Amino acid sequence: MRPTAVGTPVDRADARSKVTGTACYTVDVVLPDLAHAVVVQSTVPTGRIVRIDAAAAERAPGVLGVLSHANTPSLAEVPTFPQGPAGQRRPPLQDDTVNFDGEHLAVVVADTLHHAAQAAALIDVAYDREEAVTTLEAGDELPPSGIFGEAPDSVRGDPEAALARAEVRLDATYTTPTEHHHPLEPGATVAAWDGGRLTLYDSTQWVSGVRDAVAMTLGMATDQVRVVSPFVGGAFGSKAMVWPHVVLAALAARHVGRPVKLVLSRAQMFTSLGYRSPTVQRLSLGARQDGTLTAIVHAVTQQTSVFEEFVAGAGYISRSLYACPNVAVRHRLVRVNAPTPTVMRAPGEAVGSFALESALDELAAQSGVDPVALRLRNFAEDEPQEGLAWSSNALRECYQVGAERFGWERRTTEPRSMREGRHLVGWGMASATYGVHSEAAAARVRICADGRILVTSGTQDLGTGTYTTMVQVAADALGVPVERVTAALGDTDLPPAPHSGGSQTAASVGPAVWSAALDACSKVLALAEQGDSYAEILTRHGIEFVEGRGDARPGASASRFAMRSFGAHFAEVQVDPELGEVRLTRFCGVFGAGRILNPKTARSQMIGGIVGGTGMALTERTVTDRRLGRVVSPNLSGYAVPTHADIPWIDVCFIDEHDPHVNALGVKGIGEVAIVGVAAAIANAVHHATGRRIRDLPITPQTLL
Amino acid sequence: MTRTEITLSVNGCQHTLALDPRVTLLDALREVIGLTGAKKGCDRGECGTCTVLVDGRRVYACLTLAVMHDGATVTTVEGLADGTDLHPLQQAFISRDALQCGFCTPGQILSAIGLLAEGRATSEQEIREFMSGNLCRCGAYPNIVAAIRDVAGAQ
Repeated sequence: MRPTAVGTPVDRADARSKVTGTACYTVDVVLPDLAHAVVVQSTVPTGRIVRIDAAAAERAPGVLGVLSHANTPSLAEVPTFPQGPAGQRRPPLQDDTVNFDGEHLAVVVADTLHHAAQAAALIDVAYDREEAVTTLEAGDELPPSGIFGEAPDSVRGDPEAALARAEVRLDATYTTPTEHHHPLEPGATVAAWDGGRLTLYDSTQWVSGVRDAVAMTLGMATDQVRVVSPFVGGAFGSKAMVWPHVVLAALAARHVGRPVKLVLSRAQMFTSLGYRSPTVQRLSLGARQDGTLTAIVHAVTQQTSVFEEFVAGAGYISRSLYACPNVAVRHRLVRVNAPTPTVMRAPGEAVGSFALESALDELAAQSGVDPVALRLRNFAEDEPQEGLAWSSNALRECYQVGAERFGWERRTTEPRSMREGRHLVGWGMASATYGVHSEAAAARVRICADGRILVTSGTQDLGTGTYTTMVQVAADALGVPVERVTAALGDTDLPPAPHSGGSQTAASVGPAVWSAALDACSKVLALAEQGDSYAEILTRHGIEFVEGRGDARPGASASRFAMRSFGAHFAEVQVDPELGEVRLTRFCGVFGAGRILNPKTARSQMIGGIVGGTGMALTERTVTDRRLGRVVSPNLSGYAVPTHADIPWIDVCFIDEHDPHVNALGVKGIGEVAIVGVAAAIANAVHHATGRRIRDLPITPQTLL
Repeated sequence: MTRTEITLSVNGCQHTLALDPRVTLLDALREVIGLTGAKKGCDRGECGTCTVLVDGRRVYACLTLAVMHDGATVTTVEGLADGTDLHPLQQAFISRDALQCGFCTPGQILSAIGLLAEGRATSEQEIREFMSGNLCRCGAYPNIVAAIRDVAGAQ
């Protein structure tokens, strides 16, 4: 490749449609004769439905139909990830049991949104309530059956003996709360039937997953379902799997014989698209006096629903980030009357790194070693769990460049030793890492006789820049300017691509686009001498267009190398000593993540991850009432995400890293490594500012006073 | 419910609407007039995705009833560009990559236009404070502030 577009800060390809309001999200889809559905949810955490009285709702103005377990056909279960695309395996409206507060119990369909909402308020449900387990602390711990195919527990070396012998020991428990993704576009589906064929417009990270899940649960052939999702108003994992409201929209449309739009309310978002499980993480570290790690024991307890299992591997980061001969990791689950949790930006690593990187900071303080020096001392030359060589690893450069850009050498060691006026100033840092993932993907590139290029793949753009990077890769493969290339995605009629999660889209779809473009190019060049333009060749031959196809799949390198992205975060906070308020005032993130296809959109994505991590550190927490088993204040006042005023200028830097092993483009993926370690860097900065070690997120003024 | 007839001038177009008085300005724009640029992210005045200009002032369209604005002039994101010429803030948002998923973008841009009209874009700190009613879950805040500063500086 002669890169002229790849690696340059090309403007986001879909930006114009987004700043002019023409980008059509699922919530904006309008079809002829469109009806509106509103979901009714349970108001008890467990029990049985004694009666659903829908008579008043059915008589209300404009109502076209009501669905509940009384009149919903039998639906097949769909396996959950990684065996299948379902976020929740249990299909909706199948029986009279209630398993959590906020479970879908009925759907009201009416001619207008207002009529549907008014009628939904008239549904009267009587319950026979049973005893509920409403918090993680209240239930019994069980070993999970597996974590995305990996064993939940592992031991290397002899951690207990190494802990007993350690010159420096640390034993601490870190907790993180339930967190919600809260993309600003709620979960939404528009369903339209045409005879036996179903078209779904859905806000999703996985169009083919939605197609497969809905076909499976309704007993249809997959080619009878088309899913369209050109724009997704944020996701962060909440739309990676397929949730019950999607099939409810399809059922509602079939029930009333009209296309139906179903949009979840913000309150319903707390129980409808999964969440990040709370964690209790006990971390024991053993080290030599100079800070060299000799033992890590990382034991994690998380929650799942009472009816199925989901667990993110929060402890796994402790196996691979540092060179340490003796490491034990353990995961346990507690079944709670709550929805099934799901993936959320860097599932596992985001919360696991809070514990590990906070503990490293505590070890640094105990052993009197600078936090950066401590991490350099424990740098893993090879991947420590499997013993494989790294495909590439720029972690040391990340520390060095980050420390220089941040001015780390000016940090005074003692807590409470830096001030700005009456505010305490603290500087903290943490490491970041996330695995490189990719799956098989396909793409098509069409070269038209008028010189236009169209590149397509059934992938998704969540605001992550997929449209833009597809254009860049195709432009470079064909040697044309980006202005000539248009991308289309988010449609199961296009060549298949995997779900947009695990930071894998660029690494999966990019090589497929590259291959498709080369295929198209070779087909045109086969027609003529070199030196002509594509348009001239096609015109001379009277051909309207030539189409190239490309497939890409993970290579054999995965078994020979360990592949991860790395990074280092440096945070400055100012703490008001009287009010306990923490302000993030400066942040620097440096990443080694392979080839960066577009430094402009990539920088935005890293900033976004750092903002998400700032929310984890300082504001985000879903509170559940222990007695009611219900989310308290299910809105964006009760769940505080960072605002403009919370976020300072953020310095982002990428290490120039060439990894020949990960894939044809050298892309490692960036979306998730950005958030890993951010909360720890901020908590470590709070410790440096105040001398207070906060092991329970978020760090609110109450925790500091 | 008795319907109330009102007239709204939206992006230069006159609309005469007979509305249930409980209908919010946001639902009137999205569901009745068919302009979907203003988004419904929370429907309770917490996210700012529905921000529009009413007689030049920025308001949350989800927190005000349409019938309260009889005769008003409303500007939504669809009314900002002059043909293919973008509003300076729209161009600045593209140049600074001040968006990712784009769902909050119409509200951010209209809020920023209101902010500039209020004379409250004199420093980064002021922009952050007075833009804090517009959430961006993708976290494009630093780039949004940069885009607003670019336009404020050019004025």
